[in-house]
Amino acid sequence: MAIKVLQPGLATTVQDAGRIGYYHLGIPLSGALDQYSFRAANLLVGNPEDAATLEITMLGPKLEFMHDAVIALTGANLPAKLDGVPMPGNQAVAVKAGSVLSFDFLKDGVRAYLAVAGGIDVPEVLGSRSTYTLGAIGGFCGRKLQAGDVLPVGAFQGPLHTGKKLPDHLKQALPKQVQVRVLPGLYFHWLTQASGKSFFEDTWQVGPEADRIGYRFKHGRPLEFEPRERPFGAGSDPSNIVDAGYPIGSIQVPGGLEPIVLHRDAVSGGGYAMIGTVISADMDVVAQLQPNFQTQFVAVDMVQALSARAKRNQRLADLRQALLN
Amino acid sequence: MSLPPARYSFGGDEHIFVELNHEMSLEAFFKGMSITNAIAQRKIAGVTEICPANASYQVRFDPDLIAPDKLMEILKSIEVELGDGALELNTRIIEIPVFYNDPWTNETQQRFRERHQDPTSTDLEYGARVNGYANVDAFIAAHAASPWFVSMVGFVAGLPFMFQMVERAKQIQVPKYLRPRTDTPKLTIGHGGCFGCIYSVRGAGGYQMFGITPAPIFDPQQSLPYVKDFMVFFRPGDIVKFKPINRSEYDAALTKVQDGSFDLRIREVKFSLQDFVKDPSAYNQQLTETLYGN
Repeated sequence: MAIKVLQPGLATTVQDAGRIGYYHLGIPLSGALDQYSFRAANLLVGNPEDAATLEITMLGPKLEFMHDAVIALTGANLPAKLDGVPMPGNQAVAVKAGSVLSFDFLKDGVRAYLAVAGGIDVPEVLGSRSTYTLGAIGGFCGRKLQAGDVLPVGAFQGPLHTGKKLPDHLKQALPKQVQVRVLPGLYFHWLTQASGKSFFEDTWQVGPEADRIGYRFKHGRPLEFEPRERPFGAGSDPSNIVDAGYPIGSIQVPGGLEPIVLHRDAVSGGGYAMIGTVISADMDVVAQLQPNFQTQFVAVDMVQALSARAKRNQRLADLRQALLN
Repeated sequence: MSLPPARYSFGGDEHIFVELNHEMSLEAFFKGMSITNAIAQRKIAGVTEICPANASYQVRFDPDLIAPDKLMEILKSIEVELGDGALELNTRIIEIPVFYNDPWTNETQQRFRERHQDPTSTDLEYGARVNGYANVDAFIAAHAASPWFVSMVGFVAGLPFMFQMVERAKQIQVPKYLRPRTDTPKLTIGHGGCFGCIYSVRGAGGYQMFGITPAPIFDPQQSLPYVKDFMVFFRPGDIVKFKPINRSEYDAALTKVQDGSFDLRIREVKFSLQDFVKDPSAYNQQLTETLYGN
């Protein structure tokens, strides 16, 4: 049971629900950046929802299936072809041994998730199959896929079946303009009052440096920090703090210029003041932002953050309801 | 020695960030260690990550399992219960060999010279000058003379941030590069602000580069004796003593790393903050004796 990589695509990695418990040693959460789409793909093929999948980024790979399989593709709108014939997304599809899956150009979103019944069966490292490329652990040999790789696929429990399909209202939304909700805090009070306002007023554009570590945003007004005596050990720039841990989703603004939202392969700490944190419910949205997309950051409080989280949990519950039988 | 009350802040709906002091000190680090140890011992349902840092700490939690306000109350109560925290630490002292002024970090410095404050000096020359040392040799001697506390592990996998155990007036301080480099050799000895570090993997970095160690400190294959238990070697609270080595010693160590026979000198030690503060140089002398005694 295996999949042969004919072409790797831009940045295709094995990802699952993530690696928990090692952030204090600099080993980040990792895992699928768009957890909703990742879980949907697994549920479509009948896997446990946290089985390992392929996270496909912008440019798809070319894959040959070495066994009969059931697969599903979710997340970004990345049109797929099976032996040259268009294959529908967001549903479970049967694949014959020897079939080749390829992709056309990306239409919407950034990251597509390919689940295979049985899951990608690379060894677990520290409790997860997710790839952490900086540390070269997990996934397939700790790295992005390369041509010639042969990915092991796990045995599927029970009869394979196709036909499961995501109802339209449960497909991942892939808007070109988004609002990203932020809980201000951490070192937000270091900003001048004017910058604390302009950060939320301005429209920010996703920069070209947008990857699993973090998303950089441009074209808002530069942010200024209140003048203050430099704390001992913090470094010389007004945006420097004594190196501290970074929350996942936290926003730092090195030199006050370009805000960076850290994502699941985050550097676990460093010396830049964080001005707030993207709420957990919106991290999947960030994962699907393409370079040049327009983004507005919206300030929320904890009550709103928890209510957004409850809504997302409900949507995941609806997804399970629709796909588990 | 008493610290101000800690500052608590939510990092979104899944993190609580606690600044123990806005400036670095061993007192703040010790307070963070004792609080994070106490949090770990409580085994609070819903807490998934407990991350001590230099002068702060953060916890990550699942708000579906524990309400953010409730967890914050627990953390605040732990701070009150512990006061300024334990002042003693059972830890280990480790000798790390360093080839200062090596060709690889020097080559990297030249590639990124336009990102440096002083493109006409090397990082060591710059560090020596801004810290008032007569020359690079005197600067290296100060860097290697007194031990360092590992006050945080992170940034990337297994990277130790280190704080030199000397009076504040003697602390080495250097600004970070004006713009971070996109490359740093693996196992570079770096310095930024008041913190030293060892780059555990090759990659981006903004710290000044002073040398390189042959000793791997993050090893997913766990091929060397001192990483058999876990792929990340350093823990917050470890004490590091650098030992300058030359090129032939470096090459010999590297050969041993490759055949799996390289090991580090490590000794158990009990550290007392009070005794240290009374007379840092005498205390450091004792620590060094523990490292090199039998």
